[in-house]
Amino acid sequence: MMDKRISTTLLVAFLLLSLLPIYWMLNMSLKTNEEIVGTLSLWPHHLTFANYKTIFTDPSWYSGYINSMIYVAMNMVMSVAVALPAAYAFSRYNFLGDKHLFFWLLTNRMTPPAVFLLPFFQLYSTVGLMDTHLAVALAHMVFNVPLAVWILEGFMSGIPKEIDETAYIDGYTFPRFFVKIFLPMIKSGIGVTAFFCFMFSWVELLLARTLTSVNAKPIAATMTRTVSAAGMDWGVLAAAGVLTIVPGALVIWFVRHYIAKGFAMGRV
Amino acid sequence: MKTYNNRAWFLVLPVLLCVAFSAILPLMTVVNYSVQDILSPTQSVFVGTEWFKTVLRDADLHGALARQLIFSLAVLAVQIPLGILIALCMPASGWRASLALVLISLPLLIPWNVVGTIWQIFGRGDIGLMGYTLNSLGMDYNYNGNSIDAWMTVLVMDIWHWTPLVVLLCYAGLRAIPDAYYQAARIDGASRFAVFRFIQLPKMRNVLMIAVLLRFMDSFMIYTEPFVLTGGGPGNATTFLSQYLTQKAVGQFDLGPASAFSLIYFLIILLFCFVLYTWMQRVGTGDAK
Repeated sequence: MMDKRISTTLLVAFLLLSLLPIYWMLNMSLKTNEEIVGTLSLWPHHLTFANYKTIFTDPSWYSGYINSMIYVAMNMVMSVAVALPAAYAFSRYNFLGDKHLFFWLLTNRMTPPAVFLLPFFQLYSTVGLMDTHLAVALAHMVFNVPLAVWILEGFMSGIPKEIDETAYIDGYTFPRFFVKIFLPMIKSGIGVTAFFCFMFSWVELLLARTLTSVNAKPIAATMTRTVSAAGMDWGVLAAAGVLTIVPGALVIWFVRHYIAKGFAMGRV
Repeated sequence: MKTYNNRAWFLVLPVLLCVAFSAILPLMTVVNYSVQDILSPTQSVFVGTEWFKTVLRDADLHGALARQLIFSLAVLAVQIPLGILIALCMPASGWRASLALVLISLPLLIPWNVVGTIWQIFGRGDIGLMGYTLNSLGMDYNYNGNSIDAWMTVLVMDIWHWTPLVVLLCYAGLRAIPDAYYQAARIDGASRFAVFRFIQLPKMRNVLMIAVLLRFMDSFMIYTEPFVLTGGGPGNATTFLSQYLTQKAVGQFDLGPASAFSLIYFLIILLFCFVLYTWMQRVGTGDAK
């Protein structure tokens, strides 16, 4: 293999460089605004948690997190629920038009959200869904359902078909078999899928911002509003940024072995 | 072997309905708008391919498309080799490998607007580490005023953000190579480069293809990060296709041209999708060498 010492050095250098911008934001979130603007310090000299306190006490900030959480959770549950039977169908059966359908799902994951922007705006205004959590959850299903189907199909194909057949011989009906036997067997697959649905819905801004105004405004939109305002409150902005990273950073350990599979839509 | 059973359609039905509501319906609306001139909610005129002609002749669009292509190619040119290199440096197993995996993936999990915010903070000349360092090294760096600086910042940001994806995919590909290959190479006395060139690279071909296509398409729809960082500026320097479309659709509310443009954009993506799909199927069934 490559010389151990060189490769370790390279890897560590890459990791340090890639963590530096994140550290800088964390560093900034723990400083007062005077220190941020006044001096360039590599670590906070006057450690303060005031920025975080602002976010947790000001409704216009923390409601953004709550809104984001609500639509992300809704999206996650709905996406996985509809994707489960479909993924089973794709992994077990051939049927008329299956390949075309599978391809069509992929195109939805790949379509730029900007393309859907205009019609979504019109459609949701017409049916009266604008500025609700449901609107964003539904809109995010465009790219999350295909992703969920693809990942789940990858996991389900790993389970031998004999298991299904044995269960049917033992007298299980399909729904009972699916819930009692099959779902427990792909628990980890469901977990990984849920994580990726959570993540892609959590990081998306364009659709979430366009479909909401007040009641369901996501944290991402709250942050951009602050960016454009005059008299920037850098500390609070940095603190808000750090808080958006926390959920993903906490769960990533559990999916570390499947993360490549998830990003490649179940195909690695 | 899979059995042929058309009743499987019932299992697919929920997905079909969901995605039909959120994809087919909107897409049909776009088609509808793209061939009509909407004068008022009750009055519209059929204009045929007029909007498509307008859009195709639009000089701003040509600019955005050119920038988009250069950007996507630059992204690939840097991220793919860098990703392969880092993947080769990763430890094979143990807690070190797990830790490196988690730390490397971290940028992928950050909300896209926060990615913009991070670099906005990091690159500023007065309060950002990178901007401050570059300026004190004697470079006149300012991503808000200078187009080249803005461009480089967006590019570096994307490399920082998405190279981890290439690393992860290559790492997964490398782990799939059986140990016997390396043993055979050792017996033959193959050099480090020969091992890479004749064992690792061919074995990574499929995941690399997925990585290239995913990176190409995702960079092709980049919106949020430059929106937060530069807002498409200075001037038009970092206005990519999605930015341009959003400006047209939401900013100016030009329904006709925006819809025609959406469709063209969609067709380009569809083409690349087909290539990606074919490759993913090959990886999935494992019949590729």
